[in-house]
Amino acid sequence: MSDASLSSGAAPKPRGKSLLVQDARTRKRNAAEKRFRAYGMTAILIGLFFLVVLAVSIIRSGAPAFTQTVVDVEFTLTEEQYTAAEGELFKTKAYEGLLIEEIRTALDARGIEVAFDADAIQRLLGKPGGTLREHYRANEQDLGSPVAFKLAAASRVDGYLTGRVTRDALQDSRFLQGSDLDLIDALVDAGIITRAFNWNFITGADSGVDNPGGAGIGASVVGSFFMMLVVLALSLPIGVAASIYLEEFAPQNRFTDLIEVNISNLAAVPSIVFGILGLAVFIQFMHLPQSAPLVGGLVLTLMTLPTIIISTRASLKSVPPSIRDAALGVGASKMQAVFHHVLPLAMPGILTGTIIGLAQALGETAPLLLIGMVGFVARGYPDGVLAGFTEPNSAMPAQIYTWAARADASFYEKAWGGIIILLIFLLTMNIIAIILRRRFERRW
Amino acid sequence: MPILWLFLIVSGIAIAGYYLGLARVMQSAGGDRRHMHSLPSYYGGNVAIKAAVPALLLMLVWLLVQPMIVNNSVSALIPDSAIDENSSRGLVLSEVRRAADGLNRAVAQGTMHADLANDPQADPDEVTSRLQDAGAIVTSQITRPILNAAQSYRQQTQRGNLLMSGAVIVLALLGALWGLRGAQADFRARNVVETAVKMLLIGAASIAILTTLGIVLSLVFNTIEFFRLYPASDFFFGTNWAPSFSGRGGSSDLGVLPLLWGTFYISVVALAVAIPIGLFAAVYLSEYASNGVRAVAKPLLEVLAGIPTIVYGLFALLTVGPLLVSVFGRDGLGIMQAGTAVITAGLVMGIMLIPFVSSLSDDIINAVPQAMRDGSYGLGATKSETIRQVVLPAALPGIVGAILLAASRAIGETMIVVLGAGAAARLSLNPFDAMTTVTAKIVSQLTGDADFASPEALVAFALGMTLFVITLALNVFALYIVRKYREQYD
Repeated sequence: MSDASLSSGAAPKPRGKSLLVQDARTRKRNAAEKRFRAYGMTAILIGLFFLVVLAVSIIRSGAPAFTQTVVDVEFTLTEEQYTAAEGELFKTKAYEGLLIEEIRTALDARGIEVAFDADAIQRLLGKPGGTLREHYRANEQDLGSPVAFKLAAASRVDGYLTGRVTRDALQDSRFLQGSDLDLIDALVDAGIITRAFNWNFITGADSGVDNPGGAGIGASVVGSFFMMLVVLALSLPIGVAASIYLEEFAPQNRFTDLIEVNISNLAAVPSIVFGILGLAVFIQFMHLPQSAPLVGGLVLTLMTLPTIIISTRASLKSVPPSIRDAALGVGASKMQAVFHHVLPLAMPGILTGTIIGLAQALGETAPLLLIGMVGFVARGYPDGVLAGFTEPNSAMPAQIYTWAARADASFYEKAWGGIIILLIFLLTMNIIAIILRRRFERRW
Repeated sequence: MPILWLFLIVSGIAIAGYYLGLARVMQSAGGDRRHMHSLPSYYGGNVAIKAAVPALLLMLVWLLVQPMIVNNSVSALIPDSAIDENSSRGLVLSEVRRAADGLNRAVAQGTMHADLANDPQADPDEVTSRLQDAGAIVTSQITRPILNAAQSYRQQTQRGNLLMSGAVIVLALLGALWGLRGAQADFRARNVVETAVKMLLIGAASIAILTTLGIVLSLVFNTIEFFRLYPASDFFFGTNWAPSFSGRGGSSDLGVLPLLWGTFYISVVALAVAIPIGLFAAVYLSEYASNGVRAVAKPLLEVLAGIPTIVYGLFALLTVGPLLVSVFGRDGLGIMQAGTAVITAGLVMGIMLIPFVSSLSDDIINAVPQAMRDGSYGLGATKSETIRQVVLPAALPGIVGAILLAASRAIGETMIVVLGAGAAARLSLNPFDAMTTVTAKIVSQLTGDADFASPEALVAFALGMTLFVITLALNVFALYIVRKYREQYD
């Protein structure tokens, strides 16, 4: 009260500042605050922008790999033509002649006139005579009735229609000539050249350097599948056993410390070093078969073990000690308490971690290249289950790498398409992991 | 596949032993399980473990040792004169193995009589043509020493496999008998089984040590072998990387410095992209973002870390590279020759590393106690001032650790640089030049068809060793920093 009476005598000193009016310094500080916030927002947006660009470029460049240009002709072969063609010296040539006539009549019927010869057809379709002959020799009952053939067009025709090969940039070669483009245009107008879903891309095998059109990823999907079987069969039991020991039984001593340090270091070792390990130990030292999914699976097992051990330990740790105490209290041994009570409760978390580890292994490329699982060895499906483990094969990411490294730009489209398939697998695995976590996760 | 059969037989013995053990202990307890020391299943398990584990261990050891012994004895059969000038013993031995495989296949298909396959006087030309008929991969004509070595290899392997099958089955049976003898009511079966299970658990945990040991040994031995063929000083201080492509020529320059420079440069570019974006993203997510934004943005950013590196490699090669060329290339600024360059690989790798930096930093920033922020606000600091002057300094050790981990990741990254950085090893300061890295050269030196004994292939192991040591040092250092400063505020 005395203070108030004192100050009431003197006139209140105006401080010159109002809370309602910001001075220069406050404005500066507030502007800095806004800027800082904007930087943060920009960083997030840049990150998300990259994600979108990545997704768009994958989908846009990869989608064409799933369709292919086909020449759609309805073809009728009479019995007489068949016997005549089979009687000739160049049998496939004879079929080709018949096919050309068929195309010519189809074009005439639509009133389109364009000049072409047998060579042009070969440049467009490869060797269509062989395909026709094979069909009729296998299905003689089709003779005399019309059969609709979808003949796969050469990859450069594909390229012309998708815009990769342009009329200006085209140089006449034995693969495609300027005059062929007129024919292609005419056939497109007539509805004879269409696009169809490319089943061969999903089910086929690598076709070699010269034939981008026939390349498929099926064989390497099988290779990846067998590899994942090995990884699952080894890394799940070993990883769970190791985590149980470290989390539940290991005493505090140097040996345990050594294991812990090793696991945390292995988790950060570059994947290519595991490839070197696989090459030196499994192939050079143990003489396991080169390029085999078995060896790939072993290498990836060693690589994913740290991931699985770390996530398994986390989920074992999240089971509350009261569960263990209760089990021990009613007379279970320590081992029984862990295997009968703790492990089942931790299982959802363990499975989630395992699936994520598998997804990581599925996308790994570098170590596979070192043990010889490159794309061009995936020339066909393995015969039999055992052969699936030991016969040379490739894996999806290695196959994609092989396509990307080839000089022919037509393979790039296949590589993007392969990535779409790979990502579909990864997405499925991750969604399963998320569902498992949502459904079974227990908060204690 | 005899190994599979052997495995099944041993498993069969173990399963049979389990039930026999159950029956025997029931009998010994007079049918009343209250007289037993342990639950009945432990008595069965005791028999099964004693039958299966020693037998399978013997099988594993045998499978590892037998090829070594056979290889040595077969190698002694091949005189030096049978080895071509530009070949090596290792190549001849793999030829021998192929021929032996071919003989097996031919006999299995019935295209060759077993007598001919074992006849040391057989005509090598005839054998070659028969093998080719059977679909075996025979690279060239089989010579007489190779044929004889292959026959010996085949016979020894067959004999070894037979012996192994016998020994393993006998051991399994003995083990089962040993277990059965103990199947008495007063036998402490649970303790035995639990000790065995614990041993298995320890064995599983030791695989991590074995893996590290395998990595170190395979790197060290081959690196020593490399330094025997190529002077170590030239490797560590050489500024020229030019391996000869023949795979056997002595005129290779294998200096590691250009590769290390490329690795370092690309990693620096990558970190220059990832650190600011990742750090600001982490700050925004942990300090500013509402719960809704955080729940969406954080997982989406983490998707970037889950995408396989081959996808980033392709993205660098086919999307980012051409894009950069169109801006900086001949039609634009004219300072970039081709799409594969340091800047391409670095940029894409930076994108990949964003979530590494952001997630780890986010966790660390969240771990800074709220009291410190409240104290700063109480003194009148704005939010950004608090973050810059209080939160980030407090979280700095952890953030440095996170950045070091990201750097070690960048140095070890392979597919992005293989596809995006080019193949030319050079010492240059221009980020628009193509350069190459240690990892990319490991791939190219080991996927070619160079002989494994040549310095051109062995250099990959020396490169791997360099890489392993650098990343290990970075990881250890990062963990040390994180550990040392982590508990400061607890």
